[in-house]
Amino acid sequence: MKLAVLVKEVPDASARTRIDPGSLRLDRSGPAALNPFDAHALEEALRIRERTGDGEVVAIMMAPARGAESLRKALAIGADRAVHVTDDALAGSDLVATARALAKAVEREEPDLVLLGQQGGDSDGAVLWSALADLLRLPVVSQASSLELAGGKATVKRQTEYGYDVIEAPLPAVVAVSDAINEPRYPSLKGIMGAKKKPFDTVDAAGLGLAAGEVGEAGSRTDVRALADPPSRGDSVRIEDDGSAAEKVVEYLAQRKLL
Amino acid sequence: MKALVFLEDHEGELARGSLGVLSKAASLDGDVAAVVAGSGVKAIAGQAGRFGAARVYAADDPALAAPLPQPRVDVLAKLVRDGGFDTVLFGASVLSADVAAGLAARLGAGLNWDLVDLQLRDGELVGIRPALQDSVYADVGWKDEPRLALVRSGTFEPVESGGEAEVEELAVELEDFSTRAVMVERAHAESEGPSIEEADVIVAGGRGLGEPGKFALLEELAKALGGAVAATRAVVDAGWYPYATQVGQTGKTVAPKLYVACGISGAIQHKVGMQGSGTIVAINKDPNAPIFEYADVGVVGDLHQIVPKLTELVQERRG
Ligand SMILES: Cc1cc2nc3c(=O)[nH]c(=O)nc-3n(C[C@H](O)[C@H](O)[C@H](O)COP(=O)(O)OP(=O)(O)OC[C@H]3O[C@@H](n4cnc5c(N)ncnc54)[C@H](O)[C@@H]3O)c2cc1C
Ligand SMILES: Nc1ncnc2c1ncn2[C@@H]1O[C@H](COP(=O)(O)O)[C@@H](O)[C@H]1O
Repeated sequence: MKLAVLVKEVPDASARTRIDPGSLRLDRSGPAALNPFDAHALEEALRIRERTGDGEVVAIMMAPARGAESLRKALAIGADRAVHVTDDALAGSDLVATARALAKAVEREEPDLVLLGQQGGDSDGAVLWSALADLLRLPVVSQASSLELAGGKATVKRQTEYGYDVIEAPLPAVVAVSDAINEPRYPSLKGIMGAKKKPFDTVDAAGLGLAAGEVGEAGSRTDVRALADPPSRGDSVRIEDDGSAAEKVVEYLAQRKLL
Repeated sequence: MKALVFLEDHEGELARGSLGVLSKAASLDGDVAAVVAGSGVKAIAGQAGRFGAARVYAADDPALAAPLPQPRVDVLAKLVRDGGFDTVLFGASVLSADVAAGLAARLGAGLNWDLVDLQLRDGELVGIRPALQDSVYADVGWKDEPRLALVRSGTFEPVESGGEAEVEELAVELEDFSTRAVMVERAHAESEGPSIEEADVIVAGGRGLGEPGKFALLEELAKALGGAVAATRAVVDAGWYPYATQVGQTGKTVAPKLYVACGISGAIQHKVGMQGSGTIVAINKDPNAPIFEYADVGVVGDLHQIVPKLTELVQERRG
């Protein structure tokens, strides 16, 4: 069983991120991290590998050069191999351009199952899997809160606006998992040390057979035109708990006759 | 603009979210078409006229019975190409988001998502897209046609403006890979579980509770405040609390006078279900949690310390 996990690098949650007013792109110069939502996809892949006793987990990331650090973290957590798709020509890729590059990287691996997280912590897109599956011409299921593999099929329970349903898809398939599917493990010291020796493949756009007009800004059909402040939401109160937060909250609610 | 709106259907009804987008599109440009794809949908397709559709296309086929995206991508791709539509609009849902993204890939088109407004400026379509936990609003556009747009759930209300629309039936031709995923169990409305929509006060809990048993803390506070208890998808998916109490995009939309969020990060998909609340109090130990961007009172601290005290103080006040 070969499992491909698509992992993204996102600005670290503790960092104050901003959009660069010049390029109108996310300023990625601050501290970065492996997308926390993708840790659930990786965890699911590792559990499948452990359950079946054989199998290979390949972590695939499209990111600028510095993304290698977050991708190594996927190796430290337990992926067997990493593929870093990186090229200046990929900068500014929108949904479809990103899907094109990642589809090529996935195709090379011929995995039985492609796993994604529920959303990019930075983009709130929650859409990539479906674009990817269309390019790969594979069945896709999203929002998986549980995933079972048997008889060459993936069985997924997922939540929609109408409750839970169950979807079955024959492998190979693309599955995006919800953040409740499992509790991701942390890298162990041994894992961190071992990660340095694991295969780490770096590939550029040409190496994937991508033409210049297919990816990056040139291959993208959407753009950002201007930035504005959000509508004001009025005054808000911040309370750092020093043991008296409960009193302060009750005071606030009482003043507004909410008790 | 030659716009097409994708309408989602469920159990013989057109989904409110997609009708809201249709009404918005019709307000921008009178000549809007809509498409519905499902099994037995021919009968309901004409209703879209009331919400502004001049024409409705119906792809009615048993192969479209399950709410799965890929066969719908096939239907839409053909319709957009043959019909020469330059704009395709969707209201966000699990199904519609997957249809929109699949269609973008199929057509090599631009998709802007999570839009909270659509505007025509000098005849050009512009989307308003909040970013970075809604702390900045971007104007987004398309360099090319067709333009695909996915609107944040709950953004536009359906507005009745017209009568029945003319319905045109579409031939359905599906790709082989599009029908490989099948639904083996259909979602059904949950009958059990408390109703939270009428509550004046809601105390909601998320993964920050740490374990299912800790919902007891919230139940006590809710009792003291005379309110109901709600939950995030993360804990509902994990089986900690019933789906009937979930607030957010795929749960309930609530607007109590007071919403107390405990151990909830405040993801957009949660926010869309409770942003209409009168006063939002958030308790979270992470000072950078997104929920603090829209809480009226943000308490940085450990809910396990604060919630029991809060319960005690409220009980004292209310006698
Ligand atoms: C298509 C789609 C639909 C979705 N629909 C919904 C929906 O309807 N409703 C919904 O809620 N979500 C929905 N989601 C999921 C959403 O994106 C988030 O994943 C989810 O809301 C997170 O739940 P949470 O806040 O409980 O968990 P987390 O994001 O894990 O947050 C837990 C929070 O608890 C805090 N915390 C931890 N310990 C403590 C402590 N001791 N004291 C105080 N705070 C603590 C942490 O700092 C953290 O901020 C949807 C997602 C998608 C992609
Ligand atoms: N640049 C990327 N490289 C690898 N995987 C990605 C990338 N962008 C998105 N993904 C995957 O797609 C999922 C959804 O991301 P998004 O559609 O950006 O919200 C993420 O959880 C990842 O699994």
